[in-house]
Amino acid sequence: MQRIGVFVCWCGSNIAGTVDVEAVSEALKREPGVVFSTNYQYMCSQAGQDIIKDAIKEHRLTGIVVCSCSPRMHEATFRKTAAAAGLNPYMVEIANIREQCSWVHKEMPIGTEKAIILGKAAVAKVNLNTPLTPGESPVTKRALVIGGGIAGIQTALDIADAGFEVDIVEKKPTIGGKMAQLDKTFPTLDCAACILTPKMVDVAQHEKIRIFSYSEVSEVKGFVGNFDVTIKKNARYVKEDLCTGCGLCTEKCPMKKCANEFNLGMDTRRAIYIPFAQAVPKVATIDPDNCNMLKNGKCGVCAKVCTAGAIDYTQKDEYIEEKYGAIVVATGFNPISMDKFDEFAYNQSKDVITSLEFERLTNAAGPTAGKLLRPSDGKHPETIVFVQCVGSRCDACAEKGKEYCSKICCMYTAKHAMLTRDKYPDTDVYVFYIDVRTPGKNFDEFYRRAVEEYGVHYIKGMVGKVSPEGDKLIVQASDLLADKQLKIEADLVVLAAAIEPDKSARSLATMLTASMDTNDFFTEAHPKLRPVESPTAGVFLSGACQGPKDIPETVSQAGAAAAKVIGLLAKDKLVGNPCVAHSNEMMCNGCSSCERVCPYGAITYEAKEFRMPDRTTLVRRIAVVNPAVCQGCGCCTVVCPSGAMDLKGFANEQIMAEVDAICK
Amino acid sequence: MKFSYFPGCTLKNKAKILDVYARKCAEVLGAELEEIENWQCCGGVFTTAKDEVATKLSSVRILKEALRKETDLVTVCSACHNVVKQTNYAIQTDKEFAGKVNRYMAEDEYNGETKIYHYLELLRDVIGFDKVKEKVVNSLNGKKVAAYYGCLLLRPNSVMRMDDPENPSIIEDLIRAIGGEAIVYPARNECCGGYVRLESPELANKKSNNVFNSAMNAGAEVIVTACPLCKYNLEKSGCEIPVVYITELLADALGVKEDADEQ
Repeated sequence: MQRIGVFVCWCGSNIAGTVDVEAVSEALKREPGVVFSTNYQYMCSQAGQDIIKDAIKEHRLTGIVVCSCSPRMHEATFRKTAAAAGLNPYMVEIANIREQCSWVHKEMPIGTEKAIILGKAAVAKVNLNTPLTPGESPVTKRALVIGGGIAGIQTALDIADAGFEVDIVEKKPTIGGKMAQLDKTFPTLDCAACILTPKMVDVAQHEKIRIFSYSEVSEVKGFVGNFDVTIKKNARYVKEDLCTGCGLCTEKCPMKKCANEFNLGMDTRRAIYIPFAQAVPKVATIDPDNCNMLKNGKCGVCAKVCTAGAIDYTQKDEYIEEKYGAIVVATGFNPISMDKFDEFAYNQSKDVITSLEFERLTNAAGPTAGKLLRPSDGKHPETIVFVQCVGSRCDACAEKGKEYCSKICCMYTAKHAMLTRDKYPDTDVYVFYIDVRTPGKNFDEFYRRAVEEYGVHYIKGMVGKVSPEGDKLIVQASDLLADKQLKIEADLVVLAAAIEPDKSARSLATMLTASMDTNDFFTEAHPKLRPVESPTAGVFLSGACQGPKDIPETVSQAGAAAAKVIGLLAKDKLVGNPCVAHSNEMMCNGCSSCERVCPYGAITYEAKEFRMPDRTTLVRRIAVVNPAVCQGCGCCTVVCPSGAMDLKGFANEQIMAEVDAICK
Repeated sequence: MKFSYFPGCTLKNKAKILDVYARKCAEVLGAELEEIENWQCCGGVFTTAKDEVATKLSSVRILKEALRKETDLVTVCSACHNVVKQTNYAIQTDKEFAGKVNRYMAEDEYNGETKIYHYLELLRDVIGFDKVKEKVVNSLNGKKVAAYYGCLLLRPNSVMRMDDPENPSIIEDLIRAIGGEAIVYPARNECCGGYVRLESPELANKKSNNVFNSAMNAGAEVIVTACPLCKYNLEKSGCEIPVVYITELLADALGVKEDADEQ
C-alpha cells in the first residue's frame, strides 16, 4: 500500500478564487492510500516546496499528488522537490485544477467538485505508480539549420564560432533570404547588402559550416541529441565543385525570357543563372522548366562555353543522410498573395506593387538599376500612395488576410516614404494607416522624421478602392481625422502586404513533430520564458518562422537559439524520458501492429527462444522497444491486440484507475 | 428541375419585365419556377433593422414554404435576394435570433434548411452558362455590355457567397455566353446611392453618375443590372445609355422577348 501525500495549491486567487481549497484537501484525505493532505498559498514557492519535502520525510510518503496548475508548468519543479527529499520523481502526479478547472469555471461549488474529482483520479493513479529511472543517450555534436536567411546565417555562425559543426540547408540556389532582396534597412538606412554579404562570406569560409543550397530536408527521424536527417539535394545540373561562378554561361544562354524570381518577376534572367552578384555559393543553376537542353535535348550552349566543364545535364537529385544533435528551424516568411485583394487592383495594373517589389525597384541591383520608375511605362511617378495593413489586422476579413499585425510594415513604409522624398523631392507621397506602430529603439524618431523633415503625408484611414483609369490610378480613401472622403490621382500604389510563414513550414513541422499555431507560425515552448525552443526537445526556432520580426529582432533571436543549441551540444549525455513503452514478451504474438504505427521507428522484432513446459524449445517473434528512441506517445499500446504493449508511467491499468475514480 | 420562386413586390409593379423575362427564360432553359403562394414582401432592407425580428418573418415564411415543397428557392431582385439570404444565414448562425423567430411562428421549427439561388446562380451553377450558350438564337453580336453589380448582390461576401465582391465575373460570363462583349470598368461594384435618393437626391446623383460615367468611359453601349433600385437610380440621374435588366438581355438572346412582351 502506498503512503500518499496530497498538496493543494491556491495559486494566490487563481485557484482559490473558484475552488474551495480547504474542502479539496479535506475530501482527498479520505481517499485510499492518502495519509497526509494540506493546502498552501503558493506550492511552487520555496516555502511551499519545503512543506512537501518535510511531509515526505515526516510521514514517510511513497507518492505525492500536487493539485495545482498544468503539469507543463510545474511538473518538473515538483519532481525535483520530491527527488530532493529522497522520493523517486516519477512518484509525483499533478492534478491540473487551474487551467482545466478554476480558470474555466465561474462558480465555487462546481469548481470545487471538479477539483476533488481530478484530485481523486490523480490519487488513484499514484496508487499504481512505480519508481522509474531514466536512461541516458549520447549527443551527436553537430547542428542542422534549416533556412539560409539572416536568421539561419546568424544562428549557424554563432554555433560554429563555439566550435560545433553546422550544416545549413537552403532551398534556393543561394543563401541570403529576404534580406538580400532589400535595399536599405531601418532605422539607420545602411544598405542591406553591405551588412549582409560579409556575413554570407563568413558562412562560406567558416571551416565548421557546410552549405547545402538548392536543397530541402526530406526526412527527419530520431530524437534530441540523435536526429537522423535526409537532405534532398536538388539537381542544379552544374557541378558545384567545378563551377567558378564566372557567369559566362549566364550571358550566353539563349533562353532570355525567364521570369527573374529574385526581382519578383519584374525583369528576366536566362535559363542558367546566378541569382545575384554576391550569391553564396556563387554557382550557376539551370532552371529545368526553361532549359531547352533539358526539355528537348537541343542547345548545349552553356556546356560549350564553360571552361571549367562544370555543366552536367545528367545530374540527378541526390539524397544525403546526416546525423545531428540539434535542429534549428529558420524558414522565414513571405508576403501574402494579393489575389484576394482586388479592391487594390494589384492584378489589374502593373503600377500597383507590393512593398517587396518596391525594394527591388529602388535597389541599385534591381530591374531599374535603382531608379524609381513605373513598371508599366518606365515613367517617373509623381504621386505615390502607400497603403499599410493590406491583409494584416483583418478580423472581419480573416478569410482574405491575417488577424495579426505583421509588425514590420509601419517601419519599412516610413523608410520607403522617406527615401522617396529624399531622392525625388518633387514627388507627393501619401501613407494611409490604421495606426502607426513604431516601438523599438530609434524607431518612432525615424517615423517622426518621415513626417516632419521629409513632409510625407500620413493620413489616418484606409484606402477603399484603387481604380486604374487611363495611365492614372484613382485612389479612393477616407481621412478619418478630417472626416473627409479623398480621391487621389496616383501614379504608383504600394501595398504593404501582410507576411506569412513560408509554405514549406507546415510539412517541416510534421516531420519534426513540432507544433504550429493557427497561422502556421511555429509555437515556442513558452511564450515568455522559452521563446526560442519548440516544445519538441532538440528543435529550436530562429527568426520569422516563429512570428513576424524585423532584422534586429531576428538577429537577437538567432543568437539566442544558437546559445540554446550550444548548451545542448556541450553535453556529453542526455537524460532520457523513462516513460517509454515496453512489451510483455509472454503476451506478444508478433503481429507487427506496433511496429507499423510507431512514428519514431523505436520498435523492432526479434526471434527469441522460449522453454516450453515439456522441456522443448520454441522460437517466437517478439517486439522489442528501443527505450532511447521511444518518445512515450503510446500509439503502440492502443493498437496492440493482445495487450502486451504498455507505457511506463501511463500504464493501461493506471489510466483505467483514473477513469474509474472520475466515474465513481 | 422544379424550384420555388419568389419575385418580390417591385417585380409585380415597377420592375414587371424583370419578372416576366425571368420566367420565360427559365422555361426555355428547362427550369420550372413555381411562384410561392400568398407571399408577402421580403421585409425590406436587412441591415437597417438587424435587431428587428418581425420584419424578417415574411422572409422566413417564404423559406419555410420552399422547404415544405422540398424545393430550392430562386429569387431575382438583388434586394430581395439579399434580405432572404441574410435572414436564412442569421437563422443558421445566430441561435438567439432563430429562437425568437421560431417562437413568433406557431408552426414547425425552421433552422435555415432551404437553399437559395439568385437567378444568376441558377444560370451558372444549375443550368450552366455553356447550356445557356447553346440555346442562344439571337446573339448579342459583340454588343458592348457593362455589368453593373451594385452592392446588395455580392455583399456581405461571407453570406452571399456568389462571387468575389471586389472583382466579380458572374454577369460578365453571362454576357459572353450570350454573345456580348463584357465591358469591365472600375465602378461596377459601387453603390448607386440606394435609398439615399429620398433624403439627398444630389448624393444619389453623384453616386450614380460615377457608375455610368465609368461604364461609358470604358466604352459601354448598354448597362445591365439585376436590381430595380439600381436601374431606377441610374435612369433618374440621367444615364445616357440604356439600362436594362439581365433577364431582358437574356430573353432577347434566347429569342423569347417578343413572346414575353405579349404577356
